[in-house]
Amino acid sequence: MADLWRRFSKDWAAVLGLILVGLMGLAAIGAPLLAPFDPNEQFLDGLTVEGSPLPPSSRFWFGTDTLGRDQLSRVLHGAGTSLLIGVLANGVAVLIGTLMGVTAGYLKGYVGAAIMRFTDLMMAFPALLLGIALAAILKPSLLIVALVIALVNWVQIARVVYTETLALSEREYIEAARALGARPSRILLRHLLPHLLPTVLIYGTLGIATTVLFEATLSFLGVGVQPPTPSWGKMIFESQSYFLTAPWLVFIPGAAILLVALGFTLVGDGLRDALDPTQRGRR
Amino acid sequence: MLRYLAGRLVTSVGILLGVTLITFMLTFLIPADPVAMIAGRNSTAETRAVIRQQLGLDRPMPVQYADYVGRLARGDFGRSFARKTDVGDLIWSRLPATLLLMLGAIIAELAIGIPAGIYAATRRGSRSDKAVMTLSFVGVSAPQFVVGLSLLYVFAYMLGWFPLGGYGTLWHLVLPAVTMGIAGGGWYSRMMRSSMVDVLRQDYIRTARAKGVPEWRVVMKHAARNAVLPIIAMIGLDVGIFMSGAVVVESVFGWPGIGQLLWQAIQTIDIPIIMGVTTVAAGFIILGNLLADLVAPLIDPRIRLG
Amino acid sequence: MKRAFLGAAAAVLLALGGPALAEEPKQGGAVVVTFNNDLTTLDPQVGYDWQNWSVIKAMFDGLMDYKPGTTELVPDLAESFTLSDDGMTYTFKLRDGVKFHNGRVMIAADVKWSIERAVNPATLSPGASYFSAIEGYEDMAGGKAKELAGVTASDDKTVVITLARPDATFLHVLALNFALTVPKEAVEAAGADWGKKPVGTGAFEFVEWLPGQQLVLERNKDHYKPGVPFLDKVTFLFGLDPTVAVLKLKNGEVDILGDGIPPAQFTEAMSDPANKDLIAAGDQLQTGYVTMNVTMPPFDNLKVRQAVNMAINKDRIVKIINNRAVTASQPLPPAMPGYNTENKGFAFDPDGAKKLLAEAGMADGFTTEIYAMNVDPNPRIAQAIQQDLAAVGIKAEIKSVAQAEVIAAGGTGKVPMIWSGGMAWIADFPDPAGFFYPILGCGGAVDGGWNWARYCNKALDDRAAKADSMVKSDQADARTQAWKAIFDDVSKDAPWVPVFNEKRFTYHSARLGGDPSLYTDPIHIPVNYDYIFAKDAQ
Repeated sequence: MADLWRRFSKDWAAVLGLILVGLMGLAAIGAPLLAPFDPNEQFLDGLTVEGSPLPPSSRFWFGTDTLGRDQLSRVLHGAGTSLLIGVLANGVAVLIGTLMGVTAGYLKGYVGAAIMRFTDLMMAFPALLLGIALAAILKPSLLIVALVIALVNWVQIARVVYTETLALSEREYIEAARALGARPSRILLRHLLPHLLPTVLIYGTLGIATTVLFEATLSFLGVGVQPPTPSWGKMIFESQSYFLTAPWLVFIPGAAILLVALGFTLVGDGLRDALDPTQRGRR
Repeated sequence: MLRYLAGRLVTSVGILLGVTLITFMLTFLIPADPVAMIAGRNSTAETRAVIRQQLGLDRPMPVQYADYVGRLARGDFGRSFARKTDVGDLIWSRLPATLLLMLGAIIAELAIGIPAGIYAATRRGSRSDKAVMTLSFVGVSAPQFVVGLSLLYVFAYMLGWFPLGGYGTLWHLVLPAVTMGIAGGGWYSRMMRSSMVDVLRQDYIRTARAKGVPEWRVVMKHAARNAVLPIIAMIGLDVGIFMSGAVVVESVFGWPGIGQLLWQAIQTIDIPIIMGVTTVAAGFIILGNLLADLVAPLIDPRIRLG
Repeated sequence: MKRAFLGAAAAVLLALGGPALAEEPKQGGAVVVTFNNDLTTLDPQVGYDWQNWSVIKAMFDGLMDYKPGTTELVPDLAESFTLSDDGMTYTFKLRDGVKFHNGRVMIAADVKWSIERAVNPATLSPGASYFSAIEGYEDMAGGKAKELAGVTASDDKTVVITLARPDATFLHVLALNFALTVPKEAVEAAGADWGKKPVGTGAFEFVEWLPGQQLVLERNKDHYKPGVPFLDKVTFLFGLDPTVAVLKLKNGEVDILGDGIPPAQFTEAMSDPANKDLIAAGDQLQTGYVTMNVTMPPFDNLKVRQAVNMAINKDRIVKIINNRAVTASQPLPPAMPGYNTENKGFAFDPDGAKKLLAEAGMADGFTTEIYAMNVDPNPRIAQAIQQDLAAVGIKAEIKSVAQAEVIAAGGTGKVPMIWSGGMAWIADFPDPAGFFYPILGCGGAVDGGWNWARYCNKALDDRAAKADSMVKSDQADARTQAWKAIFDDVSKDAPWVPVFNEKRFTYHSARLGGDPSLYTDPIHIPVNYDYIFAKDAQ
């Protein structure tokens, strides 16, 4: 473990990623303390006379939004929702997708076919409608959004992992391991997953950005957390048409999403390199 | 091979039926009354009852579903609640635009993603690798509305190189395809890079290098060919996603695709349109994945179908 | 004594040529209009949204219409009409030389068939109920009769309509799109595709409609109004985001932004001196309001409803929508007959609101729910209301959902508050009756109805019926006074918070001419295509 950390900490990019992720996590947890204002307070002087949002200033560092609220406070308070959806919900989806894909690709036969046809069904399934229906029966909540996102995202990674597993399982060293009588679980863990790790990382990290934006679509349809609760995706979604006239409304939450995704990628790459003995000295 | 294909086709019909059934049931759970939307605010309870009966919405759900599937089997998608027109017509008239944009977007994302991924993989760890990979993040994270509008603003409005939205010529296709290609290219470049890195470590690449095969040939012929496998699976996925998921790009560029049709239908709970688009899109999703599965053995002959 | 009314297109044209109109209208030219959404239908008996409303009006005519840019009722396909002394029978004399676009001469039987088509349940018309005053309506709407007993074409030029009860709004009803005249043979030949290939008598004829792309209309050269329309061609482009449409207009590619100016560009567009003559502003027959369900505690308490009225800062809400509205004091919009200039409504007074809440036993406030349609600016307005309510101790949770879901929720009668914006958005015709029955009368306060406040005051319903039985022209003032009194009493019961009355801003290219009122026509929303013209026409 100490060895791992030593290798990891030598990788400046990985450390930078860790700092980014840490900062975002800090923002999510410490928003109430860090935010200069109440994120939902609509300031009477937060809009111009014509009703336009204010650009960044010494009072509102990140400017105000179309209701005259402090954008900095909203970005900080939106971090929690966005991290939960982008990192956790998407992470769960990636985990499920990987397990399904690798199982289907390695076992093949009826089990594999059944899993893959099930992914076809899930892909064709109208997730937006399910979200609307669930929100109506239960109550709009982040949980439903997370559920819908997990439902949508796992199938994509399952397909990609499946194809990769098909190819990997024909490689000589896997054949050799099988011939030597290695248990399937061992082949899966020792030989397949390490090669799939890069793919998993890509979906786990790039997926953050797409998932955070997808949350906004779902919230628009009344599935997710309702206004005025902020999230980065919603902040972008609601004000993207302003980006020619009030670019801060889009670029600031957009940058936040980018930094989180980038941070997790750097950490992920660093961890992978630190974990993978064959990588040492290869960079 | 033929047996495999036949089996897949049979299960595809089953999946399609499953999708229509699930969608149909979901539309019953949505708390919206299509009759209230059609009847308008001046309607009386009697008018609403008559409309409900005219549309057959007063029948039990299983009867309505059986009726729907029966008509679907004859190619009849029913009539839109709001537009009163044939849903099949609505979909078929927009399908060419959707397919064209899909094709353009896939070409664009491959043209952006594959070279970038190969370039980054061969210069692994270098500054240019990091730059390419950071750019891929920007591409994926940037909202499509913003990317599309920026491209339009610069290349159509300021420079006048392309039309300001619309549909008709190949010239109209470039900007919307590039908008979608920027996001997709981000995914493809990262995928291609990691796949290449993995392949380049394989024994046969080392052997080829040891034999003195020129590096570009090793990269392009031996490595890239095998590394492209996950990309194939992703293209199969994109076929399905782009069927109804290009709403934002369609809206920014005024592209008459299916995405906007579905989006408007969801807003107004126009069930026949929702059903129709979901069914057609499901067909393309199944087809895309089937094609991806069929292409995989052509690229890596060790993969066996079944 | 019979009352006669003579109408002439020439008078209409004269009325338009005020001093503001420096330029003479020219014949010819083409304009391009953009819309974000595709049209739904061009069937006059079916189309019922703001977007298809004016396009249908450009292609079809009815017995009655309004003076361009105004709310003044004039005969259209009718040359004149008379009303019997008992106020129950209208006799319309049709104009000579009116032809459908297919070349056939329009006759009285077409008028009859078209009105019956709206009532026929098989048409699925959202406007059927408007004709409920006509003799024989119940039989036809219930599927028991194939014709309306009260509508007869005594000869090719005469339509007689007999009512079962007096209806002072009936002439307005005949000007609604649902009453516009269609040719039977074309409707039947087109079958279910009729909504996609319309044939009318209107100023423009249909050329083509590529779904999701464009609709092209051309000038009807045989139009019975001499010289109308001025334009040779109108093209509607669909699918373009309003933001991009602004760029296209600046680039000279399009002439009119059908969706209006997007909020993000509004300030910029208004402050640009070059746009001074290009943005027409006008009042709409619209009120944006919040309903409070008077059957649900605590809104069954008048004091609570009054408190909510006092708690909401309407000025700020108007500012949020870039001052594109004026604050409202009462349910009726100012341009509507019966508007009471003396009724100032509730002033913004959070302290007074708190006091009233305390008197109602709600000193600690309460928790409630407010529905709003999810399209901007409605969620923002709901959030502004939410903040104002929070300031007096009322915690309102927002449900921001698709239009269809809001309407359905309102119809259940189980929703405490609804912000109406984007839905019940505009009056069907410029008469106070239309603002009462569906949204404030007992008839709408049922499951599936649009009276989301569930406000049902039987005494007011009776007075409304009485007002609408005043059909004589010399009773018009008395009727307006009666309606004013009805709405004063509605205001006292405060089932709504009237928030604002929207104004319409239409941005058009410099090459277009015509009075600004044509670009903000309260009836032909957003633009009266029949009378605008291109200055650069050759």
